[in-house]
Amino acid sequence: MKRKHRLMQGNEACVEGAIAAGMKFYAGYPITPSTEIAEISAEKLPLVGGKFIQMEDEIAGMAAIIGASLTGLKSMTATSGPGFSLKQENIGYAAIAEIPCVIVNVQRGGPSTGLPTSPAQGDVMQARWGTHGDHPIIALTPSSVRETFDLTVRAFNLTEKYRVPVILLMDEVIGHMREKVELPDPSELTIIDRKRPTCSSEDYLPFMPEADLVPPMADFCTGYRYHVTGLIHDETGFPSNSYQVADQLIRRLMDKIEMHKEDIITWEEENTEDAEILLLAYGCTARAAKAAVKALRSKGVKVGFFRPITIWPFPEERVRELAEKVKTIVVPEMNLGQLVLEVERLCNNVTKVERVNKINGEIIYPEEIIRKVEEVL
Amino acid sequence: MAYNLKQVMNKPERLTGGHRMCAGCGAPPVVRTILRALKPEDHAVCGAATGCLEVSTFLYPYTAWRESFIHSAFENVGATISGAEAAYTALKRKGKMDDTYKFIAFGGDGGTYDIGLQSLSGAMERGHDMVYVCYDNEAYMNTGIQRSSGTPKYADTTTSPQGTVLPGKQQFKKDLTAVMAAHHIPYVAQTTLTSNFKDLYEKAEKAIYTKGPAFMNVLAPCPRGWRYDTPDLMAICKLAVDTCVWPLYEVEGGVWKLNYKPKKKLPVENYLEPQGRFKHLFNKENKHLLEELQKDIDMKWEDLLRRCNEA
Repeated sequence: MKRKHRLMQGNEACVEGAIAAGMKFYAGYPITPSTEIAEISAEKLPLVGGKFIQMEDEIAGMAAIIGASLTGLKSMTATSGPGFSLKQENIGYAAIAEIPCVIVNVQRGGPSTGLPTSPAQGDVMQARWGTHGDHPIIALTPSSVRETFDLTVRAFNLTEKYRVPVILLMDEVIGHMREKVELPDPSELTIIDRKRPTCSSEDYLPFMPEADLVPPMADFCTGYRYHVTGLIHDETGFPSNSYQVADQLIRRLMDKIEMHKEDIITWEEENTEDAEILLLAYGCTARAAKAAVKALRSKGVKVGFFRPITIWPFPEERVRELAEKVKTIVVPEMNLGQLVLEVERLCNNVTKVERVNKINGEIIYPEEIIRKVEEVL
Repeated sequence: MAYNLKQVMNKPERLTGGHRMCAGCGAPPVVRTILRALKPEDHAVCGAATGCLEVSTFLYPYTAWRESFIHSAFENVGATISGAEAAYTALKRKGKMDDTYKFIAFGGDGGTYDIGLQSLSGAMERGHDMVYVCYDNEAYMNTGIQRSSGTPKYADTTTSPQGTVLPGKQQFKKDLTAVMAAHHIPYVAQTTLTSNFKDLYEKAEKAIYTKGPAFMNVLAPCPRGWRYDTPDLMAICKLAVDTCVWPLYEVEGGVWKLNYKPKKKLPVENYLEPQGRFKHLFNKENKHLLEELQKDIDMKWEDLLRRCNEA
């Protein structure tokens, strides 16, 4: 097969991935540095029989993909920090009502309007806990243009499979960086569609889970009439004030993730076999960390590399294992220490954890990581 | 006192030069003219929603604003200025404030017609003594020319691209001035940069010194998004008015008043032709689209004449 290389931006790769995964609906709002995702979707979606709508604000963008997903279309929206904040109530809605949808957040400096054109990794905790209440969420974080394509496909697959909103947590560097990529042929991709009911509409209980804890989802306008609400609800979709129903629903939503975490959680690691120091990084910072590993290894320093690709749920078990093997874990990130809190929690009394933080809109350079490693050696 | 350009221009600038708005942009002369309408002894608290005006006028360590300035979040300059005004009014009532401050919010069409509409509507309904100015450049220019509900039908933008299937944006422009008039606030005006800024200046003066909420919708062309030659800013504004695409009118105490009636109403092509965003409409096969736009303008103009008792 003839391969075609293309020079493309992360934001473009995201749209390519979404379309390859079967995205048929995009609703969004312009915001730097994610706007290209809207622009390219506006151009490309109609060509594959899809629908693009620009909404009047961020909240509306999130609301519209919930509506579209209920009619059976694979739906996505994209935004950055301020817009991600505005979308939060509806992200919670998608979580409790189990609406498959993909939310892309191309992170920029915050808080508030912050640094609109500069990269940051300050939304890690917001991706997990941005909306109120206990809720399930999956967040994936790419560190290259090609991986942005792959993880966008994966984001759609996971949201369809588990009916959990999936956040693609990019950053400005990955969104705007151009790299030479070779996209896979569509035939090489695994595409997952949501489970649909096999029973008649009379027998359909919209929120009755199967053994995998995921209820089959009927498309609106196909004869399966049912109610969807952000209130606590029972299997029929009707609101309930019952303590038992509330407890069962929230626990099931959380257990959906717990039960399938082996399928959901992925990571990349290098040079961990003999590592004494582990660099744990994600997104664009992982690229600097990888360069640091290379430079340090050439000097004979036993340093390893670990990159969570699924950032939520966090790859706890593997990190705990590695923590027992290494002396120190260094966590560089473009915030004042967010994912490091997870690492510290897991390494409590086992391993030392060191931070490298930067919040001025600049990327973290390999030298800064190397300096920290040399300090702790 | 009759309007005298020379006198008005001699008033101190409250948005100074040195800001980084583009050459040929309508927004800075709009803001400068509005702020000139303040009495020399009065101060202003200015708010700006996220947008070109905000991002280009205060770059650390420089500011073009000689007044207190709040850059709010994108969606709520109306509410932000409401808070400042309400607090000021309370302090003034208690005798804790001597000077006179006026409260002016600026938003682009994205921050006003779309994401900021709820905040604007709330501010007007509560009756704050403030002016909300929309500098309408008919798209999200700050993020790179995406359509808004203020973008006119068939304009080419990056999220309503013209191509072989669709000739640009498919929807008509929202009539925001009429929406605001329906709030029955003391003063609503629609204007742009024409005739030595007289219309804009006089409306700003009225808006600022009318007690209670006022709204001004000011067409402020954008050379990047509209694709015209930068020296043509004023000519484009004049054509908007003379083709009746953007009529000058005001609604004062519920009474609609037309401020300018062109001696000869020009065809819409005259306005569209110098703008690259409408270039595709001049392809032969799109003649019917021009006719559609002309028909719509004629209908809205007749409607406005009736409302203003000019028909």
